Amino acid sequence: MANLFSSKPKVLSRTRGLWAEAAFQKTLSISALAILVLLTAIFLSLLIHSSPSLKAFGLTFFFSQTWDPVSSRFGALVFFVGTLLTSFLALLICLPFSLAISIFIGEYFREGILSSILKQVTELLAGIPSVIYGFWGLFVLVPIVRDLEIKLGILPHGVGILAASLILSVMVIPYAASISREVIALVPSDIKEAGYSLGATRQEVVTKIILPYAGSGIMAGTLLALGRALGETMAVTMVIGNSNILPHSIFSPGNTMASVIANEFTEATGRLYLSSLIEIGLLLFLVALTINFIGRYIIKKVSIRA
Amino acid sequence: MGKHLVAIFLSFILMPWSALAVAKQVELVGAGATFPYPLYSKMFYSYWKTTGIKVNYQPIGSGGGIRQLTNLTVDFGGSDAFMSDEALAKAQAKILHIPICLGAVVLTYNLPGNPEIKCTPNVVADIFLGKIRRWNDKRIEEINPGIKFPKIDIMVIHRSDGSGTTFVFTDYLAKVSKEWDGKVGSGKAVNWPVGLGAKGNTGVTGLIKHLPGTVGYTELGYALLNRMPAALLMNKHGRFITPSTASVTRAAAVPLPNDTRLTITNADAPDGYPLGGFTWVLVYREQAYKKRSMEKATELVKLLWWMTHEAQRYTEPLHYGQLPEQAREKAEKIIKSIIYDGEPILQ
Repeated sequence: MANLFSSKPKVLSRTRGLWAEAAFQKTLSISALAILVLLTAIFLSLLIHSSPSLKAFGLTFFFSQTWDPVSSRFGALVFFVGTLLTSFLALLICLPFSLAISIFIGEYFREGILSSILKQVTELLAGIPSVIYGFWGLFVLVPIVRDLEIKLGILPHGVGILAASLILSVMVIPYAASISREVIALVPSDIKEAGYSLGATRQEVVTKIILPYAGSGIMAGTLLALGRALGETMAVTMVIGNSNILPHSIFSPGNTMASVIANEFTEATGRLYLSSLIEIGLLLFLVALTINFIGRYIIKKVSIRA
Repeated sequence: MGKHLVAIFLSFILMPWSALAVAKQVELVGAGATFPYPLYSKMFYSYWKTTGIKVNYQPIGSGGGIRQLTNLTVDFGGSDAFMSDEALAKAQAKILHIPICLGAVVLTYNLPGNPEIKCTPNVVADIFLGKIRRWNDKRIEEINPGIKFPKIDIMVIHRSDGSGTTFVFTDYLAKVSKEWDGKVGSGKAVNWPVGLGAKGNTGVTGLIKHLPGTVGYTELGYALLNRMPAALLMNKHGRFITPSTASVTRAAAVPLPNDTRLTITNADAPDGYPLGGFTWVLVYREQAYKKRSMEKATELVKLLWWMTHEAQRYTEPLHYGQLPEQAREKAEKIIKSIIYDGEPILQ
């Protein structure tokens, strides 16, 4: 019996197991730390490279509408407004659709072929490369918007804030819908059953019990989808009109932060020009980060309650 | 199993380097302007076929090409705009500009029936300044008798990305219009007073084709490829010139400075098309830097000589303007001035 416990190979494998455990743990913690380091490094390098423009323009950078590479005067207001306008408009347009999809899959048809097909299709939307959305927007959506503008008697650009928001809304639906669906599925069934036992119809249960309960979670999901909309570049630049003039209506052409960086970075000569573009990158980074933090904070609150 | 995977993975990572080590053949690396890329890839392909020398050119934009050259990561850079005196002074060594070919920029538009229209410099400038707002403006109708213009708004399309094409176009406008020069100026990207931006030549042509009433500028080749109309432009001698590779070559037949750094927009050539420019290859005059071999430097010089001579036959079929005689002579002198450790490479 005794040599069973003291057999050499077993002891070896035991120490080997311990060693592997330690190595595994080390690898995990290093990888996790690396992400943190990476994020900080990105922030710092953005900050360092944008310092010439930070010094030259200071706070006026955020309020100036001029973007003039020839005379080296740069301001980010047009792009900042363009980004926020298209993103929030996209969110507004996408909300009814993503909500309907998530209620449908999360409450009405949780199982079955129909719901799994719908689930797959929505997730497929997220996998389509953005340049394809851009082409579709340019060839299909822009002429439709143009016809609308002709009917309304506005200068028919076709491209502009509205076209960009419409494209973005299609692109963010899968993100908003999948999180909303999970939050809706999290609503405890005893509350819902209590509703039904009081004689509530299905519609009443959805509007009076599920939506109020899952409301903040749905909002958080939509906020995370907003993060995606903020950074979208290719599809937006193809349909927004790329005009560096402050938009005065949703039909005007505009420009976004991501789009101006993608457009002008390759040929940006001159230190101030380059660092101004990087400062826009920094601004975009901060905006996206802030919105993500708010979204995660709300989700955390909700999951504690659920 | 795990070890095998690691070995396979490592061999994938190391493959490019090991391949380089095996093939001792000189490979030249360049980067820069996207505009001459179709021509360069044709040239370099046939150069590889005849000489076995591989030339790898990355079309990352003129600005990027200059940056790569100053960072010493490429053998040569490509640029549609010449480097300023200030930029040249900042470089660690003397940089030479060697003209390779010419590009023409055309004014293209989308009108019902797409008639061939004529434009004067003032009209072009005022359209892009937003002062002429409708197609049936008197000033447009005056120079185009017999054409019935629709009563629709002019929609200006410009490039949204920084580009040599924009540089040529705005350089022209700044030369012909004082107001443009004062308000906007010239550069690879400018603060456009009116209009919509589109990315790349393809973006501009795409938008113009889809939106009636638009006008914009694009490279000659793209307009021809897309069967789009191109306006005749009035040159300095008061003649309306059809844009073509031949007419832009005629425009470049003007006295050039010895370093060939000159824009040829609105040039003083009687039959020259006023909207065009050189595209250059940039190299260091002293080739012995960063442990480069004499062999590599010699191959580079040979390549440049070939590009400015035999390879000129590839220009016309791809809608680029050939170098005029004077420009080629200047290019020869510049190529001969390239040295390795103080000694000229080409005698």
